[in-house]
Amino acid sequence: MTNHDTHELPFWRKYIFSLDHKVIGLQYLFTAMVFLLIGFAFVIIMRWQLAYPGTKIPLIGGWLGDSFAPGGIMLPEFYNQLGAMHGTIMVFLGIVPLGVGFYGNYFLPLQIGAPDMAFPRLNLASYWLYLPGGLLMLSSFMMPGGAAQSGWTSYPPLSVIAPSGQTMWLLSMVVIITSSLLGSINFIVTTINMRAPGLTWFRLPIFVWSQFITAILLLFAFPVLEGGALLQLLDRVIHTSFYLPAGLVISGVQMTNGGGGSALLYQHLFWFLAHPEVYVLILPAMGVVAEIIATNTRKPLFGYKTVVAAIIFLGALSFVVWAHHMFLSGMKTSLARIFMTTTMVISLPSVAILSCLVFSLWGSSIRFSVPMMFALAFLPLFGIGGLTGLPLGLLPTDIYLHDTYYVIGHFHYVVVTGTLVALMGGIYYWFPKMFGRRMNEGWGKVHFWGTVITMNGIFFPMFIQGMAGVQRRLYDFNAQAHNLLTTTAPAIGKMSLSELQYICAIALLIFQIPFLINIFYSLFKGPKTEENPWKATTLEWDCPSPPPHGNFTHELKVVRGPYEYSVPGDKTDWSPQSEGGR
Amino acid sequence: MSHAAAPKTTTGIPNGKLGMWIFLASEIMLFGSLISSYIVLAMGSPTFGRPDTALLGKPLATINTFVLITSSVTMVMALASIQRNNVKALLGWMGATSFLGLGFLGIKAFEYHHKIAEGITITSSLFGSFYYTLTGLHGLHMLGGLAFNAYIAIKAMRGAYSADHYERVEYAALYWHFVDLVWVILFPLFYLV
Amino acid sequence: MIDPSNYTFGLPIAASTYASKVDKSLDIVHAAMAVIFVAWTIFFIIALIKFRSGAMPKANYAASKGGLASFLPDAAVLLFEIWLIFVVGLPIYAEIKENIPAAENATVVNMVSEQFAWTFQYAGADGVFGDLDPKLMNANNQLGLDRTHPSAKDDIVSINELHAPLGKPVILYMSSKDVIHSFFVPEFRVKQDVVPGMRIPLWFDALKTGRYEIGCAQLCGLGHYRMRGEVVIETPEEHAAWLEACRLEQLGTPS
Repeated sequence: MTNHDTHELPFWRKYIFSLDHKVIGLQYLFTAMVFLLIGFAFVIIMRWQLAYPGTKIPLIGGWLGDSFAPGGIMLPEFYNQLGAMHGTIMVFLGIVPLGVGFYGNYFLPLQIGAPDMAFPRLNLASYWLYLPGGLLMLSSFMMPGGAAQSGWTSYPPLSVIAPSGQTMWLLSMVVIITSSLLGSINFIVTTINMRAPGLTWFRLPIFVWSQFITAILLLFAFPVLEGGALLQLLDRVIHTSFYLPAGLVISGVQMTNGGGGSALLYQHLFWFLAHPEVYVLILPAMGVVAEIIATNTRKPLFGYKTVVAAIIFLGALSFVVWAHHMFLSGMKTSLARIFMTTTMVISLPSVAILSCLVFSLWGSSIRFSVPMMFALAFLPLFGIGGLTGLPLGLLPTDIYLHDTYYVIGHFHYVVVTGTLVALMGGIYYWFPKMFGRRMNEGWGKVHFWGTVITMNGIFFPMFIQGMAGVQRRLYDFNAQAHNLLTTTAPAIGKMSLSELQYICAIALLIFQIPFLINIFYSLFKGPKTEENPWKATTLEWDCPSPPPHGNFTHELKVVRGPYEYSVPGDKTDWSPQSEGGR
Repeated sequence: MSHAAAPKTTTGIPNGKLGMWIFLASEIMLFGSLISSYIVLAMGSPTFGRPDTALLGKPLATINTFVLITSSVTMVMALASIQRNNVKALLGWMGATSFLGLGFLGIKAFEYHHKIAEGITITSSLFGSFYYTLTGLHGLHMLGGLAFNAYIAIKAMRGAYSADHYERVEYAALYWHFVDLVWVILFPLFYLV
Repeated sequence: MIDPSNYTFGLPIAASTYASKVDKSLDIVHAAMAVIFVAWTIFFIIALIKFRSGAMPKANYAASKGGLASFLPDAAVLLFEIWLIFVVGLPIYAEIKENIPAAENATVVNMVSEQFAWTFQYAGADGVFGDLDPKLMNANNQLGLDRTHPSAKDDIVSINELHAPLGKPVILYMSSKDVIHSFFVPEFRVKQDVVPGMRIPLWFDALKTGRYEIGCAQLCGLGHYRMRGEVVIETPEEHAAWLEACRLEQLGTPS
């Protein structure tokens, strides 16, 4: 079964420049976790400023230096840098590498019964573009003028006149996009071409479908942003005018560029990627939740074919809704109407998927394991995120809510209380597979409750703030009258909502400590587990835990669907996908 | 470094071939985004700055287009050669293909020089910006294709390919044809419309 | 001074003619969201209790089969959304963004936004707006008006304060000097991105006199958070007096 001989590989070939999808997957896992923590740290500092504007940042204030925080007090420029970098890091260096780079790399080949990815060297290249790309992105803080500070969205003309950190952002994006494209090619070819005998399309686990469609989305969407970023780079560096009209006057100085360009063009190119990108953020998580629910309900998922159809439909539709991010951009109103309609339509497959997952609970036998708790929490929390998309997708309500905290609440509910919660659950679920040991259940529950409660404390107030009209990306709420009541004014006793959010953010950070300790402790000292402790049916459980190089130690022949649990007449409540599987 | 028959795949299509097609799909999106941007601004911008037809250099560009199309024909011949186990012919036709590719780039360089002398630069107008960006990106892709061809040629000289085993030659051909196709779209876009 | 009672722990007061329609659509959508969420959650909680492994040791394999009933949520959402788009969404959107009132019956004002201020231009007695020339723009001449030109001679410029008389809609023609900004008045429920190179209309019809806050709703640089202004809706008499005072101050002559 093995493709190459790894017996005598030196340390650096085995762990640093490995061709094994599992090692690469773990590299993605640990790197993504570090980036997530960095992105989280940024927003905690921002939250301090929002709760206690113009005051000295505790602990680290003095270390930040005069260009960011003279006297330990954050400058508006620094706030904008932290904001832009927080978004960029979380989306491109955190969640996607976690959901796709880690989960996809590690479990896609295993779930289809393959010994590795189709192109192991391409896989290696993907990771070794991701890490340098990410470091390049972080290094932009050291550029004169600081890091990128025009939002993760980088709209021109602001991004074109911004200091040099923005150029680093653009270059880093090119590197990161290349990493992603190589990965997409790998995932797509692997899924199409390397399935075990008998593993037909409709016997694939939902996790595989979600990774497959995600890879297709990335493949078709990312190059468009790459083109858009290239044009912005040229506008910045050699003063073309793709995005710049003539006659711009910046701080009293006339710009001498040729003009004729359109700021809206960038927005179209950006959102053509960035809308499918949000489905890239959610689909892997839905796949993980599907796996956890099937295993922990001991019955097949409800509506398997519906879920597959919905995932495909969602992916296809995701390419025709992008301009709902641009309803107020000044684009033609006729375009806005078209996109409102397509946006309403795209809610349907999401409703279908979520409904099927919830219906899967009916008639089941629910085990409240730690992964299942995360998967269950995902359902209503992602539900809130998805539902709050409705007023944003409807034109008149979006006029009011666009660019307010309501939007921030919406997308944090889907990505943080939705995707991140699901992906955390997946780590508990697949930990035994990856390391042959179990994580501690008790601490897992502490992590769960602390995380879910504090996340809500941070993000729920954002809907209230949005309804009050509090705009996004504000360094100091106190500068505008309409913001005060829902931000810095006392709201719960003497505590303001901003304070509540800051405290919950710190608490959320603290509750990740048991998670991290649990992972690293259990890695070395956790109780050893059998090959398939959850008694799950999918192929990744039909090999040793952890799997050796080449993964499977016996021939696979898939004879049934992925979730044949509690089949009437069976001796046990689970029937592995492969014939003779254990 | 020849290896045994390629591993069996679920669809029967070799991984590399599928991979190359999928890679080309992403390239279509990359060029597509830039080409659509060009079209949108050409139609909507108040100051697009399309030069007089006389300055565009149509005759030279037309010749160049034929050079590139011919190189695709020679590439087809190269692939056909190895399919008939003729390594020498493969090398010959591959050489011709790369020679024509270099010729294309050389003529392009001359074109650039001429246009710059006429005042059509990357910043002189939106047309200029798009022209140099798109043809430049295309040129970079051609360099990539030439590198791929060189790799194939070196491997062929070392006996890597035969009638039973020529997959990578096919991938190089696919890529080359794609780069040719992009030019076939850029040419009328810039010179004829 | 803006009246703090404009703002509540939720929506601000509805101070324009179409604000209550926006509020109604917000209410409808949120009511639907609440109904969906509550229904889902009740089902969810019942399932968690009824089917916990202690109460249900063996799962029911057949319960994974759908049936037409499973498409009910989707069908209901689809019907609701069709109604929402065509009965609520499009008509209100058309009113706010497409049906600009006639200029004869409105107060028409030009606006140029910049980092970090809103500059309003009034046409003056001749009703014609002077041209804006980027080459003339500086700190003392925000709009780049050529005051020697007849149409610009009588124009009045107001920085960060949009004055308008009650009883007529206001039509703003908006552009930006530098980056994208976004003109947002929460009390009027109106918002529109202001894009350099474009001239975008926006209208509202205030319901009562008072001062209302203008905020910037598109990240525009380090001063984005403090880019605020005020809409001053006043009686026609007060407005005339204000115009007169501006003429004296800026043009040196009364009308």
